[in-house]
Amino acid sequence: MRWGTSLSVVLAGALFGILAASLSKLGNPPNMGVCVACFLRDIAGALGLHNAEKVQYMRPEIVGFVLGAYISAMLFGEFKPRGGSSPLLRFVLGMLLMFGALVFLGCPARMMLRLSAGDMTAVAALVGWIVGVYIGVQFFKAGFSLGAASKVYSLNAIVLHLFLVTILLLNLLIPNILRSSISGPGAMHTNWLISLCAGLLIGSLAQRGRLCFAGGFRDLILIGDAHLFWGVISFFISALIINIALGQFNFGISNQPVAHSAHIWNFAGMMLAGICAVLIGGCPLRQLVLAGEGNSDSALTVFGMLFGAALAHNLKLAATPDAQGIIGGPSIHGKVALLIAICAVILIASISREKTEQS
Amino acid sequence: MLQREAKIEIEIDCRGLLCPEPVIRARRALEAIEKGKVIVLVDPGAPKENISRMARSMGYDVEVEPTEDGFKVIVKKSG
Repeated sequence: MRWGTSLSVVLAGALFGILAASLSKLGNPPNMGVCVACFLRDIAGALGLHNAEKVQYMRPEIVGFVLGAYISAMLFGEFKPRGGSSPLLRFVLGMLLMFGALVFLGCPARMMLRLSAGDMTAVAALVGWIVGVYIGVQFFKAGFSLGAASKVYSLNAIVLHLFLVTILLLNLLIPNILRSSISGPGAMHTNWLISLCAGLLIGSLAQRGRLCFAGGFRDLILIGDAHLFWGVISFFISALIINIALGQFNFGISNQPVAHSAHIWNFAGMMLAGICAVLIGGCPLRQLVLAGEGNSDSALTVFGMLFGAALAHNLKLAATPDAQGIIGGPSIHGKVALLIAICAVILIASISREKTEQS
Repeated sequence: MLQREAKIEIEIDCRGLLCPEPVIRARRALEAIEKGKVIVLVDPGAPKENISRMARSMGYDVEVEPTEDGFKVIVKKSG
């Protein structure tokens, strides 16, 4: 590792890992101190886009990620309004990514967080994620492209920012305007200001370090470059240390919080999420950061993820955790939807090709 | 003979592309020439860093120049 170049991503990963593990101690759900997929799902619930009563809460961390990346990009001259790179396909890929993530019950950050807390049900998901990233890379090698984005009118670049700030303020100023769980993971949260500040810090550092849980594996597979991978590793190690220090480490497969041991579906869910993440240029966290930097395509991907979370719960596609000795996992609807989603993403990846270059 | 000695310079426009596309296109251009320059136009942010890292790891000289709306990554392949 070249410290000079990799220091920013290592620091971003390490701080993210520390905060993610610590936020559980401060009130966020166990092994879910931060999870972009779960938190977007909670926001979809808070907005009434789905009716799963246990997963509804306006998560300030998500607002923090986008605003933190925005502030950092502005400070370092990297805020650039752009869009128009297959926005609707990105929306659909964001939706499909969410189907996969909610079959596993987490984004890749939560996958690493669960592993760092000793949750071995996430091992199959990690293997699935790596396989998914590998498949995505092969599509790129074969000429996959969603096309180039171009400059867009500035307001496009901050629609997501304004949307998130508005719903956060509404939630704070007008009681009960948004839904909020009274039991289950949605009812577990730390103080909103701590959540927001943690999100701001993570968002800004992730922007500077280009932290990406898909990019880390992607660059390793594609060009043997471990730069971003060190960010993933530093996240894992710092979260592991904090989890052990706070007594949150519980090694094994059984009794893992908000997790299921239907391994093949953990594998398949994260394989789907991995393919989607590579095709859209980054993991769910990276999409929020890119949106913060002014990429309206990534902002639309985030809306696709919100839509996907709502669909996944309304149509009962999301997995259920293991409970009282009964193995959870996706319903038959979830399994069928996952297989259809894998076919859909492969179709999209096979059809979307780069235009002939005149180089 | 003259043709073989002529300086090859390829410019590729990767503005508006998210990673890994700029890296893949830059590498493809580098592999297509035996000797010469590949100039990659990129947005500010990750692509500039990723292309520079990739080219340096392949043993090529890299220069980065700011442009009006981003950067120009110049990779020199000396054969």
